[in-house]
Amino acid sequence: MWQWFHRLGSPRWFYQASGKWLPWLSGVAVLLLMIGIAWGLGFAPQDAKQGNSFRIIYIHVPASFLALAGYYVMALAGAVGLIWKMKLADMVMKSAAPIGAALTFIALVTGAVWGKPTWGTYWVWDARITSMLVLFFLYLGVIALQYSYSGQDAANKASAVLSLVGMVNIPIIYKSVDWWYTLHQPATIKLTEAPSMHPDMFHPLLVMILGFYCFYAVVLILNTRTEILYRERRTRWVQDMVGPAGESGQ
Amino acid sequence: MHPVRRQRLFLVVFIIVAASVAVGLMSFALRENINLFYAPASVASGEAPKGVRIRAGGMVVDGSVKRADDSLFVSFLITDGEADVEVHFTGILPDLFGEGEAAVVMGELNEGGVFMASEVLAKHDENYTPPEVAEAMDAAHQRAQKADGG
Repeated sequence: MWQWFHRLGSPRWFYQASGKWLPWLSGVAVLLLMIGIAWGLGFAPQDAKQGNSFRIIYIHVPASFLALAGYYVMALAGAVGLIWKMKLADMVMKSAAPIGAALTFIALVTGAVWGKPTWGTYWVWDARITSMLVLFFLYLGVIALQYSYSGQDAANKASAVLSLVGMVNIPIIYKSVDWWYTLHQPATIKLTEAPSMHPDMFHPLLVMILGFYCFYAVVLILNTRTEILYRERRTRWVQDMVGPAGESGQ
Repeated sequence: MHPVRRQRLFLVVFIIVAASVAVGLMSFALRENINLFYAPASVASGEAPKGVRIRAGGMVVDGSVKRADDSLFVSFLITDGEADVEVHFTGILPDLFGEGEAAVVMGELNEGGVFMASEVLAKHDENYTPPEVAEAMDAAHQRAQKADGG
């Protein structure tokens, strides 16, 4: 069992295995996103109260879900790197940070754009929105720490510790609308009950969430592969693949 | 498990737990300040201070919205089921403002207990329904009410 785990930690194995899966995963991601966007923006019914402006939910909610889930990916990778000193885990953690930051930014901006016509304001410092902003800063902090140290080991340790410390923010973000009075409404998609959304509106949202998960995986794999090529650039297998200097390779 | 790795695992768990406890304690200490607005029950009980800028929020009571004929002045009641607060506002209300919907108002509570609002925000709930379904539900609701009344 541990053999599988330790093989997973080989950058070369990951690079070759992911290269085989990437085209399929990318195709699935693009397909899901295209179907979801067309369905949600064009064919789902409008909302009785909000009209067509609710359709931004098809970007806002998947981006938010992935911003939260992606943080756990980054923190878990950091923990594995800390405990097992696995190079690949450190590379995944570094690769996950900018993706999560971008998704959090998209969630905040689409939320602001949605809030102006519905609530009457772009921004308010309620618990949900403020904790999402904190999440954005945490991601930026992890990115910054990667470039703040001259040694990769120290950078990995610092980034991993910050990721772990920030993990408590995720349940706070999720529960903020239940624990405190906020302007942001409670969850439409619930864990133990049916969603409070008509199926004709909910099904395209599911497709978008799935598409965003696949898209996240694709971008994470692409970033990690780049990181592998850079950090392992002096190894034989990378140099064989890329070709001698001056010649264009893969 | 390898002893050094087990030690690092404990370190990782410790970091997570310690950070969670720290944040939890801070949130508990600041719990009054994390809420965006006072509920009408808190306003009625005197918890909400008068003469300073605060926010209040609640459901707009059916039939309570009164508009002036010659100005943008509007007054309405917000409730949380336990108490009502009267709100006065001069200005344009957001599109989603309405009776039976939640609103969050920012302004000052005057000596008479009336909330003089400088900003009204509409809070929408987490339910999304297509227009036809909403109309059908309204019609069924009205039929049920007539049957009860008649």
